[in-house]
Parts: sequence; C-alpha cells; structure tokens
Amino acid sequence: MSAHGLAAAPVNRKFFTPGVGVLMVLAAIAGGLALYRFVFGLASMTNLDDRYPWGLWIAVDVATGVALAAGGFTSAALTHIFHRGRYLPVVRPALLTAMLGYTFVGLGLMVDLGRYYNIWHPAWPTMWQGNSVLFEVGMCVMAYLTVLYIEFLPIVCEWSRKGGRLWGPLAVFQNPVKRFLEVAERTLSKTMVVFIIAGVVLSCMHQSSLGALMLIAPYKVHPLWYTPILPLLFLLSAIAVGFPMVIFESMVSAKSFRREPEMHVLTPLSRLALLFLGIYMAAKITDLMVRNAYGHLWDGSFASTMFMVEVGAGVLLPFCMLLSGRVRRSPSWLFIANTLIVLGVALNRINVYIVAYQPHYATHRYVPSIGEILITLGLIATLMLVYRVFVTIFPVLPAVEGDALPALGRRAEG
Amino acid sequence: MELNRRGFLHLLGAGATCMCAGPALGESNDPTEDDGMAMLVDTTECIGCRKCEFACDQAQGLSGRSRESFEDTSVFDQPRRMVADAYTVVNRYPQPNTPDQPIYVKSQCMHCVKPACVSACLVGALTTAENGAVVYDAGKCMGCRYCMVACPFEVPAYEYSDPLTPRVRKCVFCFERVKNEAKIPACAEMCPPMCLTYGKRTELLALAHERIAKYPDKYVNNVYGEHEVGGTRWLYLAAKPFEELGFLTLGDKPIPQLTETLQHSIFKFGIPPLLLFGVLGAAITAFKDDSSHGAASAKDASSSKPKGVS
Repeated sequence: MSAHGLAAAPVNRKFFTPGVGVLMVLAAIAGGLALYRFVFGLASMTNLDDRYPWGLWIAVDVATGVALAAGGFTSAALTHIFHRGRYLPVVRPALLTAMLGYTFVGLGLMVDLGRYYNIWHPAWPTMWQGNSVLFEVGMCVMAYLTVLYIEFLPIVCEWSRKGGRLWGPLAVFQNPVKRFLEVAERTLSKTMVVFIIAGVVLSCMHQSSLGALMLIAPYKVHPLWYTPILPLLFLLSAIAVGFPMVIFESMVSAKSFRREPEMHVLTPLSRLALLFLGIYMAAKITDLMVRNAYGHLWDGSFASTMFMVEVGAGVLLPFCMLLSGRVRRSPSWLFIANTLIVLGVALNRINVYIVAYQPHYATHRYVPSIGEILITLGLIATLMLVYRVFVTIFPVLPAVEGDALPALGRRAEG
Repeated sequence: MELNRRGFLHLLGAGATCMCAGPALGESNDPTEDDGMAMLVDTTECIGCRKCEFACDQAQGLSGRSRESFEDTSVFDQPRRMVADAYTVVNRYPQPNTPDQPIYVKSQCMHCVKPACVSACLVGALTTAENGAVVYDAGKCMGCRYCMVACPFEVPAYEYSDPLTPRVRKCVFCFERVKNEAKIPACAEMCPPMCLTYGKRTELLALAHERIAKYPDKYVNNVYGEHEVGGTRWLYLAAKPFEELGFLTLGDKPIPQLTETLQHSIFKFGIPPLLLFGVLGAAITAFKDDSSHGAASAKDASSSKPKGVS
C-alpha cells in the first residue's frame, strides 16, 4: 500500500529560538532531578506514600501520555484502513507524536518504578501473570511501541533515499545503514498493512485496559468515576481525543514554524472529532444515569467540582462549540475547542488516577511535589525538542514551498 | 472475495455478538480455598501488650528495636497503620462507657482467600503459597506498586527511601518459619492462645461461631473476614460492631472478580483481538479511497461522507 502518500519534507527553519531555549532549560532541570531521584530514592523527590502509591507520574506521564498519543492509531485507521486519503498530511506528524509519546511513557515509568532495572520482567515468560490488567497493558504498550517504530521506518527510508546522511562519528555506519534501509523499504512496502492493523488492535486493547486498571480498587475510586464500563469509556475517550490532538499539534507546529494552519484538512477532521466526542459524551452521561451516580455531582466536594470541570469544560463546551460551522472554519476558535478536548481527556485521566483515588486510611490528600511536577514538565519539554529535531531532519510535515531542503542533512543529493 | 460496505457492517455486527458471548464464563472456583491455614483474633482478649509487634519484629528481622521500645503505650494515642518495618500494629479504641477497658485491635495483612494484590501483580512477585499465605518475591518485583493500589485493606507498605532495592512490605504469615521450622507464626507463639489462635480456616470459623453461640452477650454475631472480599485468612471476633473498631465495611465479592472476568472475556484465547484484526483487514478492501488525486475527489467530497463508521 502507498504508505504515506502525499509529499512531506524536512522543515527548513532555524532550530534555536527563545522557545527552544526554554524547553532546553526545563529538560536540563528534569535531567538533574531525575539523577537525584535515582541516587536518593523516591521518598527524596515525591509526595508518594503508603496510602498514595501512584501519583503525578503515573497519572500524567503514563496514563495521559498514552491517551494523547491516540492520534497515531486513529489517524492511521482513518487514512490507511478507511482510506480517507485527504487526511494523509496529518498522518506522519501524528505517527511521530505517538512514537515519541510512547517512548516517553517508558521514560516516565522508569523514573517512577522502584526497581526500574526489572522493567523487562513482564516480557519474560516465567513471570507472565495473565490475570493482571497491568500485564496486559505492559505487553500491549511494548508491542505497540515496536509497531510504531516499524511504522516510522518508511520515513527514515525516504530520508535515506533522498540523500539523508549520518553525521559526525556516526558516518562510519553510513553504508550498512543505507543498505539496511533499502531492504527495509522493500519489505515494508508489502507488509505495512499488517503493522497498521496490528497498531490499531493493540491500541484498542491497551487504551481500554488503562481504564480497567482502576477497577481493582472498588473501595477507593470515587463513584463518579468507578464504573464497570471504565475500560469502554477510556477507549471512547482515547478515540475522541485522537483527532483533536492531531489538530492541536498541527496548529501548534504551524505557529511554531510560521506556517499557515492546514484548515482544508483540519476543518473536516474536526467534524469527525465532533462525532467521536459525541459518542464519548453520550456513553459518559448514560453511565452516570444508569448507575444513579449523578447524586454525587451536587455534594459540593472537591471530587464533584473536578468532575463538573472535566465534563463541562472538557466535553460539553467543546462539543457545543464544534457544532458551529463558524468555529470549525476559524483557526483560533478551532484551536480553542480542540485544546479544551485535549485538556478534558487529560483531566479525566488525572481525575481517575488521582482525584477519584480516596483511600480510607489517608490522613491527608496527595498533592504532587515540585520535583514531580518539574520532572513531568521536563519530559514534555524533551519530547517537544525531539519532535522538533525529527521534523527538521525527516520528511514528516507536509512540504511547503521554500522548505524543501533538509536543514541538518548538510547536503541534499537527488 | 467481494466485500462492500454493507457486507462489512454485517461482519462488524457478527463480531460484536461474539465478543458479548464471553463474559458469562470466567470465574474459576478454587476447591482448596478452605484448606489453607488461618488465624483467629479474639479482640475481647487483647490487653494491648504489643508483644505480638515485638515478636514479629524479631522473627522477620524488621526494625531490630529493643523489647522495651515495644512496651511504650503512648503510641496508642494516635491511630497507626503498618509501615515498611512494622508488619503488624495494635491500635486502641477507647470505650466511653468503660474508660478503663479500651478495646485493642491488632492489624496486619489479612491474607485474602482471593487476594487483589496477587491478581494485580504483573510479574507474579506476589503469590498465594500452598497453605494460603500471600507471599512476596522481591527478586521478581518491578516496584510498580499496583499491589498497593489494589489492596482493599491498604496493607502493603513500601520502602520509598531505598533508591536501589525497595521492597513491598507486609505480613507474610511467617511462611518460611511455618514451613521450614514447623513453628506457628511468631505473633501467635508470643500471645496467649485465647487471643490469637492459628489453625485450619474451616476449623477456626467453627470455633469462632462456637464462641459466639456460647457467649452471645460478649460478642457481636459476626466474624470479620468470613465473607469480606470473598473471605480472608485472618478472622476477627469483637464485642463491638466492627466499623467502630477501625474495620472497613467491605462487600462479599472477591476484589479481582470484575477485572479478571473482563480481562479473560475480552482477550479469550486471543479471539476478540484477532477478530478485530480481521474486521479491520476486511475494512481495508471494503472502503474506497477518497484521496484527492484523480477523478474521485470531486464526487467524494460531496456524496460519500465518512459518517458513522470511519
């Protein structure tokens, strides 16, 4: 199959800007703090304790990270399985975000795990524990990360074919790498469809299981969120946030590289976003009604306020906004509406994993420490930096006039 | 094989039906569930001497504090929970009517018959030993702490300060000691037998109900742990309703039942994922390309909108 279709090209813009400087500072701070955590232990850095074993790093770095990487499988399914070819320009950036997103889920997990060097244990057959939802999540995420790297390989092949060269001391590997990529390109052109479908299946599995994780704590998770259909809600919300995340990123990177937002793709995509957000909203509200849990909405607690903000500002408001054609056609309104959806799903993950988690013997509430927050911010900053490096080297973003030359490739050969 | 969009939708419906058929099965019944060992705690007999805490500390090599430090009764002023170097703690519950006779309650891992932590652990670091004790293998553990999320009694503690080899810490029912040295758990050995009784779970339940029947004025008619979360191996007798003594009110359903049923029906023999794989594969041939190159584009933009399925 024609893997990625439309012309994409490396971005030809100056790499260092003040914004990049800020990101580098955040990344450096996080690097230092991570080192500190590895030397002095979790207690020295986090506000985690025996009552609150999971905090910001699991809720945001892992759970939210996985949800917001959903643009990868939703746009792959849309273009390569349901053949909506007009959306091809967003597939490569979404794929890159997913690939980096899942890689950083792994990095975030390394900081949080007490015995991070045992992270390979779930892959070892003698330690498989099929009853564990976390086992399923772990295996799927590992498998999907591999699939994402494979899906990204054609982009690297294209880079090589168009004269991309390894730089610095890596140049000694130039020839073997080039040969490997040629073989990979030939093999993948025939088999890519298998990986694309596998990616969608694996995503559906672990996106839903991420919700099933908290079903093991029926007496600790607040009834506004605890429902047997939590896995379904997680899957639906991941699908619902996929396209908004793609739109969000596309507009942020357009702004960053001083390009015109691709409204001819984003406006129709927002109609799909509206559809899936509607399905999620219907499921969420129906669930609340069926379980008679809506009584908790008006008890004035912190949890009820957070639920109202999550559903009100993160689901209902953007849904109503996107109903209007004017919003879908206006770059700034479209950006606002989709940012709300992205924040809404992020808040949902934070709510399920932190706010809803209410252990009986707790003497105080868990609030993330400055160190936890800075490491999370640093991870996000590093992800954005790597994204910027990748789109500068590889043909990821749609080709724009004047941007055809690879900036870091030194020389472009035909 | 000619597959159009209508045919694809039929396939989708068939797939959904198959997936819904699963959940009826799934629950496995462990025939040995009552064969294991257990401990009966008669809280009416406890005098708050904290010797069980000391015995546990010694036997498990925990904090290594002196015997005298365990005689300090000022710890009763604040409610305590188990921590990384204390597998068991005794708490005091003052009684307004009889101020000189407070009620003492010993807490530790309840050793559930269907433990949530064992079900949650993704690498099998927590397992149920043959006599029923829930034991921990630090060598397998990744330190994800999902067991702590899962435990309904909030028992497992963690060595957050250890940067390299932190462990999940909880009562292991003196498993090694019982198995290798043919002894009973250290706390029970130290405590007068009326207060802590070690034995087969079935026999202890019978004994507990016998005591209740014999002294109906002394006990509430309830054995905590008989049914809670599907049964636990630590059973309690008390003179007061258990919720007044720091016990959580928990239902009878085993905690892992929902997740395991969901998990094993959604992934039953890998059929549903493979089915989804097939459905998506079929979709690839069923859906026409709408890409903007070629003649298809103009027509496509107006007529076949990707409603519903895409």
